[in-house]
Amino acid sequence: MKCDIVLAGVGGQGILSIAAVLGMAAVENDLYLKQAETHGMSQRGGAVQSYLRLSDNPIYSDLIPAGEADIILSVEPMESLRYLPFLSKKGYVVTNTTPFVNIPNYPELDKVLGEVKKQPHHIAIDADKVAKEVGNSRASNMVMLGAASPFIDIPFELIEDGIRKIFTRKGEAIVNLNLEALRAGRKFAEANR
Amino acid sequence: MTKKLLLGAEAIGQGAIDGGMSGVYAYPGTPSTEITEYVQENTVAKERNIHREWSANEKTAMEAGLGMSYAGKRAMVCMKHVGLNVAADAFVNSAITGVNGGLIVTVADDPSMHSSQNEQDSRFYGKFSMLPILEPSNQQEAYEMARTGFELSEKLGVPVLLRITTRLAHSRAGVETVEPMPENTGSLPKDPRQFVLLPAIARKRYAGLLEKQDSFRESAEKASFNQYFDGEDKSLGIICCGITYNYLKENYPEECPYPHVKLSQYPLPEDMLKKLEEQVDEILVLEEGYPLVEEMLSGFFCRGRRILGRLDGTLPRMGELNPDHVANALGIKVKKGEKAPEVIANRPPALCKGCSHHDTYKALNLVMEPFGDGHVFSDIGCYTLGALPPYSSINSCVDMGASITMAKGAADAGLFPSVAVIGDSTFTHSGMTGLLDAVNEKTPITVLICDNESVSMTGGQDSAALGKIESICLGLGVDPDHLHTIEAHPKNHDKLVELLDREVNYEGVSVIVPRRECIQKAARRIRAEKMKSEQNA
Repeated sequence: MKCDIVLAGVGGQGILSIAAVLGMAAVENDLYLKQAETHGMSQRGGAVQSYLRLSDNPIYSDLIPAGEADIILSVEPMESLRYLPFLSKKGYVVTNTTPFVNIPNYPELDKVLGEVKKQPHHIAIDADKVAKEVGNSRASNMVMLGAASPFIDIPFELIEDGIRKIFTRKGEAIVNLNLEALRAGRKFAEANR
Repeated sequence: MTKKLLLGAEAIGQGAIDGGMSGVYAYPGTPSTEITEYVQENTVAKERNIHREWSANEKTAMEAGLGMSYAGKRAMVCMKHVGLNVAADAFVNSAITGVNGGLIVTVADDPSMHSSQNEQDSRFYGKFSMLPILEPSNQQEAYEMARTGFELSEKLGVPVLLRITTRLAHSRAGVETVEPMPENTGSLPKDPRQFVLLPAIARKRYAGLLEKQDSFRESAEKASFNQYFDGEDKSLGIICCGITYNYLKENYPEECPYPHVKLSQYPLPEDMLKKLEEQVDEILVLEEGYPLVEEMLSGFFCRGRRILGRLDGTLPRMGELNPDHVANALGIKVKKGEKAPEVIANRPPALCKGCSHHDTYKALNLVMEPFGDGHVFSDIGCYTLGALPPYSSINSCVDMGASITMAKGAADAGLFPSVAVIGDSTFTHSGMTGLLDAVNEKTPITVLICDNESVSMTGGQDSAALGKIESICLGLGVDPDHLHTIEAHPKNHDKLVELLDREVNYEGVSVIVPRRECIQKAARRIRAEKMKSEQNA
């Protein structure tokens, strides 16, 4: 098993919470993991990415080679496109459709989503809306993880366990909200893949 | 043995604790910050009361680390690559004094300049100072090197430079850790004059350092971090420094057909490299940063074996390497993903919504408008983002503290008004001495010390300047009539404009302190307070 994921978003959107849950699930599954993050200047509202690599064999490079990513998991639609050079021909683009507009020249959303829909394998989900429906607008990142979960070769229960472990400090209510967000995202992806 | 998921930087923090460290000394700087933060939060470090407070700058950190070594205990000093420029005086001379307790100087370089103003390669400092260098290839090795580096330092009698780059510092992987060693009990140096670098003593000690070079080489020759791997195809030999070894293995996960050397401890293991050289037609050098090894092997006239790398164009001359660069250099076909569509706009970093620097720059731009562009010198910190639209307020960003001194020099050259914009922590890092120069000469400059009570760009560490800025300025001799503090807030816009207008036109030193807590730090503080009150309820 090998799964290379480019996590994408804007500094401050908290893409690392997704990586933390998957990391926990990978460790529990005895998988090897490498995860390169963006720290420093770009965290101030700039484009950020994290390269997450999972495998049952040792992983060498912290960076994903061009054209080899299995998934681009983006919490922002324009950012999902930035990393297409990394995506393999068989890979999936899984993106939130709610834009994060903090630049004056943000392109027209229709054009952005049009490019996403050109991708042969894509899941475009309004994670902010789904998260609100579940009852916590802050859980959109877990909706996104749920939407990507059908394409990650880790038992879904382990991803759920990952959420339990990461959020346990914040109390059971928060854990359950995030679990629901995860399941809602997965349900959407399975219906729309 | 336990397995932890750690960033490379965190692995170094854990390794240092497990290696019996008594103190970490550092100034925050990407990508090195997380080493010290890890130690600050670590339970064992708290129980043992390992020193883990931030220092005012990299030089004070380096000297304090050397002092702890003098007293016989193990210390680590951490900084980003440009921080080593600040600490260089102490660092280079620490090679002459040598150590008593083990001393590791960990420097995190930032090739590709993700968060830096240059991509200098700290291995040159190591070579220049004639010190051993450790350069881990992965997180586990980073842990091992930090853990065993103190012993190596004590055995060789000198500080050891531990060099990492951004990619390793900020990438997470499973790390196996072992039980922590006890700390040293502490002891004075056997030779009471070891640290007294009077010329007569320094000459002897320098001769000693030169003599020790063979033992450093021998140590690198025997080090398990350095390895020789044979290969069938002798048309090429490969030298992989630090993390570039991973990029080779990424391309040859099973077996590399070429003889190759994994190089993670310097000075160069000559015998190992000679063995490679004897076997192969050409040598490819993979190194992150500057072509240090490549240059050494090429020689001035390039008459020997053909050496391939960054200098001859086989690899890019600048920027960090990746598996695709290495594949290209080896003639391996690189897969290509789709091109990114043209609709994508750049998304540069920007000041946070609600940040106090917005208020400062809005007012400053108004006041400076009549004078035209080119009067504002700035510094290293979040406020450097004032260089970008919509403000485009500042005309310089060079090194820590350079705003005040460059404004002074420009004022000496006749530029009026001449304005410096510096942050609170940058001011206590390296701004104070420059302000003293200006005060002593009554140079007509206006200094804005934007005090957000935090070292924010690196994640909101405590600022050494907290609560001290006014008294420092007064102590340096700033005229109290021209020292003003104001809350940087939209409600104070008119007041700030009026104040700036008056002081910018004053022909002497004036200091204005626009102050409001970093918005990120405030948000974190409020969240933590809320969580605490909920837990107590």
